[in-house]
Amino acid sequence: MTVPAREPAGVPVPMNLITGSGPDIDVERITSSPAALRAFLHGLPGVDQVGADARAAALSTRSIKTTAKSAAIDLAISMIDLTTLEGMDTPGKVRAMCAKAARPDPRDAGVPPVAAVCVYSDLVAVAVDALAGSGVRVASVATAFPSGRASLGVKLTDTADAVAAGAGEVDMVIDRGAFLSGRYLDVFDEISAIRTACGPAHLKVILETGELRTYDNVRRASWLAMLAGADFIKTSTGKVSPAATLPVTLVMLQAVRDFRDATGRQVGVKPAGGIRTTKDAIRYLVLVNETVGQDWLDPAWFRLGASSLLNDLLMQRSKLTTGHYSGPDYVTVD
Amino acid sequence: MATLDYAPAPESRAILDLRSSYGLFIDGTFVDPLEGHGFKTVNPATEEVLAEVAEASAADVDRAVAAARRAYQQVWSRLPGRERGKYLFRIARLIAERSRELAVAETLDNGKPIRESRDVDLPLVAAHFFYYAGWADKLGYAGLGTAPRPLGVAGQVIPWNFPLLMLAWKVAPALAAGNTVVLKPAETTPLTALLFAEICQQADLPAGVVNILTGAGPTGQAVLAHPDVDKVAFTGSTAVGRSIAAAVAGTGKRVTLELGGKGANIVFDDAPLDQAVEGIVNGIFFNQGHVCCAGSRLLVQESVYQPVLDSLTRRLGTLRLGDPMDKNTDIGAINSAEQLGRIRALAEAGDAEGATRWTAECTLPSRGYWFPPTVFTGVTQAHRIAREEIFGPVLSVLTFRTPDEAVAKANNTPYGLSAGIWTEKGSRILWMAQRLRAGVVWANTFNRFDPTSPFGGYKESGYGREGGQHGLAPYLASEGSQ
Repeated sequence: MTVPAREPAGVPVPMNLITGSGPDIDVERITSSPAALRAFLHGLPGVDQVGADARAAALSTRSIKTTAKSAAIDLAISMIDLTTLEGMDTPGKVRAMCAKAARPDPRDAGVPPVAAVCVYSDLVAVAVDALAGSGVRVASVATAFPSGRASLGVKLTDTADAVAAGAGEVDMVIDRGAFLSGRYLDVFDEISAIRTACGPAHLKVILETGELRTYDNVRRASWLAMLAGADFIKTSTGKVSPAATLPVTLVMLQAVRDFRDATGRQVGVKPAGGIRTTKDAIRYLVLVNETVGQDWLDPAWFRLGASSLLNDLLMQRSKLTTGHYSGPDYVTVD
Repeated sequence: MATLDYAPAPESRAILDLRSSYGLFIDGTFVDPLEGHGFKTVNPATEEVLAEVAEASAADVDRAVAAARRAYQQVWSRLPGRERGKYLFRIARLIAERSRELAVAETLDNGKPIRESRDVDLPLVAAHFFYYAGWADKLGYAGLGTAPRPLGVAGQVIPWNFPLLMLAWKVAPALAAGNTVVLKPAETTPLTALLFAEICQQADLPAGVVNILTGAGPTGQAVLAHPDVDKVAFTGSTAVGRSIAAAVAGTGKRVTLELGGKGANIVFDDAPLDQAVEGIVNGIFFNQGHVCCAGSRLLVQESVYQPVLDSLTRRLGTLRLGDPMDKNTDIGAINSAEQLGRIRALAEAGDAEGATRWTAECTLPSRGYWFPPTVFTGVTQAHRIAREEIFGPVLSVLTFRTPDEAVAKANNTPYGLSAGIWTEKGSRILWMAQRLRAGVVWANTFNRFDPTSPFGGYKESGYGREGGQHGLAPYLASEGSQ
C-alpha cells in the first residue's frame, strides 16, 4: 500500500529538486563567478505569491487547543530570542531582561527559559555575565545593524567585538543594496567573511525581507545565505515594516528543507519582528510542523525573535493552567 | 526535538437544531408526502442517522410544480426586479448569518471537512446570492436586449458533492431572472436544502417561489420531465445528463447540464513548484475529489517529474484524514457506500491495468466510508483511470515532453470541464489556454470559484454556463423571442 512511486517506466532518473543535477551542491562552482551565482539563484523555482499567501493563510486556520496549545506555548517560549535593540538600552535594562529570560515567570519554575537574548554588541558582556550558568544563550546583532551600510572592515570589527565579548550567536544583516542591484557575489563574500569572523559563534543571517519585497528574492537570498555558511536565516531586523510574515517564513522554510535535501546540512529559521501574540506564535509553529516537520521543532532550529510575545505566552499559559486570565499586572514588565 | 500533535478540535453540533423528520417544502410550507414514503439520511463519517426525509412521488411533483406556476404567474414574474433583489439580498444575509449552522449541517450530511464547508462552501453560497441579487434589477444589461423575460418554472436537480453551493448556483440566478423553482437535492445530502427552505420562510419569500422536493432518482426524473416545467437544470453524472437530454428533446424545454469531468492539471518545468504541488493537492484532494472539475489527471513535464512527485508524496503525508467535524481535518469521508464502491472498483482497474498505486499513510476510521489519498503513477492515456471520472481522492499521473504534447493529451478526453496550467511564463499560459478545450482554465491555481465567473463544460461535460452574466442567459428569454 505504501510503496513510494519512485521509478515508473519511461521517466528520468531521480534528480535533485533544485539543481536538476544530482544530490550535491558544488558551492565552489556556483560561486566561481558573478554570472555563475546569478544563474544558480535565478534557476531556483519561482514562488507564486498568490499561492504562497494562500497556503500560509490556510495553515493559519489550524485549531490548536487544550493539550496541544499547552505544549505549543511551552515550545514557543523555549524558542524565543528575547530581544532589546533600542538606542536607549542600558546595562540595567539588559540585566532585567536576562533575569526574565532565565526565569520567565517568577511564580512558576515550570516555565522553560527562553532560547537566547538578543542585544547590541556593546551590551553582550552584561548579558553574558547576567546569564552565566542559566543555559540561555547570548546573541548579538552585528555588521552595522540594522541598515548594514558600512564598510566590510567596520562590519568585521563589529562582529569580532561581539564574539570577543562572549556572544554565542551573531545576527548579521545582509547588504540589501548589493542584493537588489544584483551583486550577489558581493553579498556572498561578505557573509562568508563574517562567517569566518564568527569563529565558533552561530551565524544568523538577517535577510530583511521587508526590503527584498518579492518572494523570489526571499528564496534567492535564503539560498545565498545558506551557501555562504549561515547557521540560521532570519527574516527581519524588526526595524523595517513589514517584519516577519507567515508567507515569507513559509518560503524560507521551503528553502531550508530543499537545502538540506540537496546538501545534507540543516539550517535554522528565525522569523523576527511583529510576532506579538500566542496565536501568532502558534501559527508559526504550525507552519514549521507542516512544512519541514518535527526536525525543525526545536530551539536549535527554529527561533522567534520577539519581546512582547513572551508576556502574552505567559498569560495564555496561566489561563490554561488556572482557567482564568491573569492580566498584564501578573506578568513582569522589563 | 519536539512534536506538535494537534489535540482534537471538534466543531460543536449544538448550533444546529435538526428536526427528526422533514416533509416536502411546497408552496411555502412543509407538508407530508401524499404517499407517505420516507428515507433516512446518514452521516457518512459515522453511519449515524441524522434525520428522516420524505420521498416525493409524481403526485407531489404535480403539487410543487402547480405551486411554482401559481407563484410565477401571480407574484414573482410581476414583481419589479428591485423587489426580487430585496428578497435575494435578504436570503444572502440570512445565509451569511446562519453560515456556521449551515456548515455544520453540510459537514454532517456530506462528510466533507468542516474547514471546507466553513471556509469555502458557505462563503461562496452567500456570495452567489449577493451577486445575483444585484442582477435582479439590471437584467436589461445582461446582453439579452433591454427587457428579457423569465421562462417560468425551473426544474432543478443537484448533486451531493456541494449540496448547498449547487443549490445556490441554481436557485439564485433563476430567482433573480424572475423564474420560480422546484428543486430536488441529492438523495444522500438533503439537509441543507431543507434548512434553505426554512431560510426562505424566514425571509418571507412569497409562497411557491421556491419548492424543495426530497427524493431519489425517480423524483428527479419526475421534476425534470414534468410537462409544466419550462426550464431544466441538472448537475450530476454524464450518464444521467444524457438521459435527461434525450427525455426533454422535442419538448421545447430549455436545458443546462453540468456533468462529469477529467480535468488535466499541467505542470511545466518552469512552474513555481511548491505552489504547483499545493495546486495538485487542492485540485484532486479538495472535497475528497468529489469535484466535477477536479484536476484528476496530473500531466507533468518529464524534466521535473521526479521532484514534483517527491514533493507531492511528501506533502500528501501531511494531510489529515479523519473526523470531518474536526477543524484540523483535511480529508473527510466518502459521501456514500455506493460511491466508495465505485472508487474502489476504478482503483482496482488501475492496479489491473499496470499502473503503480501509492497511498498516503493514514489510519482509516473503522466506521463510515473512507478512501485514503491515492496516487497512480505510470498511467497512460489508454488506462481507464486516465479516461473515466473516478470522483474520489485518486490522482492519475502522466508525463509529457512538449507544450504541444501537453495540449494533445489534456484534450484527449470525452470531457472538457476544467484544466490547470502551472508555469511562470505568461505567454505560455495564454498559448495553452487558447488551445485547451475546457470550460474553465486555471493558471497557477486550481479549484478557485467566484460568482462572477462563468462555469461550464465542453463535450461530455455538458452545456450552458452557470455563474456570472453568462449564468443569467439560461433563465431568460431574450427580448422578442418566443
